[in-house]
Amino acid sequence: MSSSKNRKFHQINSSTPEGYHACAIEIVRREDFSDVTYLLEIRHPMIAKAAQPGQFVIVMSHEDGERIPLTIADFDRENGTITLVIQAVGKTTKEMQRDCLVGTPLYSVTGPMGEPSHISNVGKVVCVGGGLGVAPVFPQVRAYKQAGAYVIGIVGFRNKDLVFWDDKFLQYCDEFIICSDDGSVGIKGRVTDGIQRAIEKHPDIRELLAIGPPIMMQACAETTRPYGIKTTVSLNPVMVDGTGMCGGCRVKLGDNKMKFACVDGPEFDGHQVDFTDLINRLKRFSKEEKLAVEKWTDIPK
Amino acid sequence: MAKKTIRTIPQDRTPMPVQTPATRVTNFDEVAIGYSLEDALVESERCLMCPKPACVPACPVHIDIPGFIQKIIDKDYRGAYDVLSDANPLAAICGRVCPQENQCEGVCTVGQSLEPVVIGRLERWVGDQAIDKGWSNVPYIKPNGYRVGVVGSGPAGIACAADMAKAGCDVTIFEAFHKPGGVLRYGIPEFRLPDTVIAAEIDKLVKLGVKIECNTLVGRLFTIDQMINELGFDAVFIGTGAGTPRFMNIQGEFLNGVLSANELLTRCNLMQAGDFPNHDTPLGLGKRVAIIGSGNTAMDAMRISLRMGAENVYCIYRRTIEESPARNEEIEHAEEEGVEFHWLSNPLEILDDGKGNVAGMRCIRMELGEPDESGRRRPVPVEGSEFEFEADTVVYAIGTSANPIMGRTSNIKLNMRGFIETDESMATSFAGVYAGGDIVTGGATVILAMGAGRQAAASMKQYLGIRDTEVVYQNERSAPVNTLFGIVREEHNFTRVTTRQEAE
Repeated sequence: MSSSKNRKFHQINSSTPEGYHACAIEIVRREDFSDVTYLLEIRHPMIAKAAQPGQFVIVMSHEDGERIPLTIADFDRENGTITLVIQAVGKTTKEMQRDCLVGTPLYSVTGPMGEPSHISNVGKVVCVGGGLGVAPVFPQVRAYKQAGAYVIGIVGFRNKDLVFWDDKFLQYCDEFIICSDDGSVGIKGRVTDGIQRAIEKHPDIRELLAIGPPIMMQACAETTRPYGIKTTVSLNPVMVDGTGMCGGCRVKLGDNKMKFACVDGPEFDGHQVDFTDLINRLKRFSKEEKLAVEKWTDIPK
Repeated sequence: MAKKTIRTIPQDRTPMPVQTPATRVTNFDEVAIGYSLEDALVESERCLMCPKPACVPACPVHIDIPGFIQKIIDKDYRGAYDVLSDANPLAAICGRVCPQENQCEGVCTVGQSLEPVVIGRLERWVGDQAIDKGWSNVPYIKPNGYRVGVVGSGPAGIACAADMAKAGCDVTIFEAFHKPGGVLRYGIPEFRLPDTVIAAEIDKLVKLGVKIECNTLVGRLFTIDQMINELGFDAVFIGTGAGTPRFMNIQGEFLNGVLSANELLTRCNLMQAGDFPNHDTPLGLGKRVAIIGSGNTAMDAMRISLRMGAENVYCIYRRTIEESPARNEEIEHAEEEGVEFHWLSNPLEILDDGKGNVAGMRCIRMELGEPDESGRRRPVPVEGSEFEFEADTVVYAIGTSANPIMGRTSNIKLNMRGFIETDESMATSFAGVYAGGDIVTGGATVILAMGAGRQAAASMKQYLGIRDTEVVYQNERSAPVNTLFGIVREEHNFTRVTTRQEAE
C-alpha cells in the first residue's frame, strides 16, 4: 500500500459548546479482515454519543471525494469512537483502503443518519448478516440482547478465512450459526439454510432482521414470508446527501409507495420492499463507477 | 443641480453585458458579466431619489435603496457598501438572485413611465466592489453572553446569524453538508452565482464572529431540545429549508434516469459532477433530458444539463409561460441557450426501455380552465391529445415539501403540510425557538428567507431582552487565528468602545 501522497486532508479545528466538542475526525484503529474488507475505527465523540443501532454515516475521504453512506457497525460511547466496516468495491472504497491509515483524518463524517432500529424485548429474534452485512448487524444483536430478547445470530461467509467478529457475536447471541458456501466452517450453505434450521428448531421466532447484499435480503424475506415472521431489512441504495433533500435513495415499497431510505429508513419491512427495483437502481451509475475505477487504476502510484 | 425629473434622467436602462449564448453553454462561467463603473454611474443617475421611496418597503430586508444609490453618485463606493451591508449581509448574492421585478424594481417610480432603475445590478456592483477591495464591516461587538444556535447555513440562517452576532451574541451555525451556504451552494449554479462570491460573503459572516459547524445534522446528532436544555443555547433559529423533492406518483418514476432537480443540482454544484472523474461524484446525464416544471429550479436544472452535454433539453410545464413561476430573465436565458419549451403539457407516464432505464415520456396537452384558489387558471387535460417523445433522463422540478427530520426529532408544532408553524414573530411552539425561510413557508426566494431570518432575529432579541446597540464599525485586522472548516477567521482587533448601551 502506498502512502497518501497528492491527497488533500483537512485537519479540522473547531469548537462547539462544551461536551459536544467536534474533534478532528481521526482514524484510531484499522483492521483488515480480508483483501477486500477492512475496519476503520474513527474518533467522533458526538456521533458515538448519539448513534443508535440501524443508523449510518455519510463519509467523504477527501475534499474532491464523493459522499458515501456507511452503516455504523459499532459505537463506543466511552471512548468516543465509531466503527465502520468497508468492502473495497469501487474507486472510493479502494482508495480509502489504500489511504485510510491509523492517524490520518477523514475529510468529513456526518451522522448519525436514518431512523434507529425498533429494538425491544420481542422474545425470539433472528439477526442475519451476510457478506458486508455481518458487521452492521452487530449493534442490533447487542441491543436486542440488552433488551432481554433471545437472540439467534446467523452470519454467512464464502469460506473459513473470511470469518470475522465471531467472538463479538458469541458474546451476545444465545445461539450462533455460521454458514459458509464451501462448508469450511459451520453449516454448508447460505444464510437462508441457517434461517430454515432456526425456524424448524424455534417455531416461535417473532422477528427477523437481515443485513447484506440486496439479493441475500430478498432471499431472507422470501424464506420468512410463508411463516409470517416480521422481517426487517436494511437497504443500501445510492445516496448523496443523506438528509432527505434529493430523493436519490428512494425505494419502492408495496403498492408503488415511495420512501426515502435516508430519512424513512434505512430499515424497512422486507415483505414490502421491491427488491427488483432496488437492484436495478443500484446499477444506475455502473458505467461511471467502472470509468472511475479504470481512471484511478491508471494513475501511477 | 436642478432637480431630476423623469424627463432629465437617462431614458433607457443601462444594459448588462452578458456572455453570448453560444459561448456560455460551453462553460460554467457567470452569464451576466456585471456593470462597469461607468455603467453603474450612468444607471445611478436614473434614480429620482423619491422622498418616500416605494422600493424600500418592497425589499424584504428594507435596504435604504436611494441611500446607497446616492453614495454611488457621490462616488463614495465604500459608503454605498456601508449602507447596503447594514441591511443585507449578502449584497453580491442578492443583487444576482433576487427577483427584483417583483420586489424593489417592480414598484420603482421611474418604472411607471420608463424602465425601472436596475437596483439589483447596482446592488451587485457594490457587492462585487466590496469583494474585490476586501471591504468588510466588522463592528465592535460587545459580547452580551447570550448564545444563539442557528440550524442551517442557507440565506435565512445567515441573515439571522449576522443580526444576532451584531447584537453581541455568541452565534454558532450548524450545517449538515460539508460546505456552508445551503441553497446558495448546492442549488444555484455557478453560472448564476459563482462559488467565489458565496465564499467571500460567508467569510464576512465568520469575521463577525459567527462560528460555522459543518457536517452537523441537527435532529440526529443532537436535537433542538438538547440545544436548549443541555447545550446551553439561549435561543435557536431553525432555517433548514424545504428541501424534500416532490414526485408525481406516475408510472416509471423509479426508472434509472429519473431524478429530482435537487439531486441534479447537488451533484453538479456542491459535488462538482461536471468535473467527473477528477471529482468522484458522477451525474449520469443522458443526451435527451426532459425537465418537469418551470420554476427557477427547473431553469437552473435545464441550463446545467446543457452545460453537462445534453443535446436536447425539454421543459414540460402544464400551464403557459404566463403562469411560469421562473423569472422572465431566466426563461429568456434558457431559451437562448436552446431549451425547448413545451407549455400546456402534463406528464402521464415515464416510459421504460425494458432494461429499467428511461426511454421517453407520455404526456397530454392541457388547456386553461377557470382560475383556482391561487388565482391561476387551472390546467385541464385535452381529451385524446396524448403524445410521446423519446428521452433518456427525466428531472422533477415541481417543488419541494417539508423535510421530516425536524418534525420527527422535536416536539415543535408543524402545520398540516409538515412545515414548522410560527406566529407573526417567527416564534415556534417551543419557547426560545424561532424558525423562518422555506421550512416555514415552503419553497420561496433567497431574499424572502433572509427577510424571515432578520425578522426572527428581531423577535429573538426581544425574547432575550437585548436592547438595540449602535453598531460601531472598525476595519483593522490581525492575523488569522483559527481555521474553521477551511475558512480563515480573523481576530477582531477592537479599537473603539462605544455603544448606545454604554452611553446611557
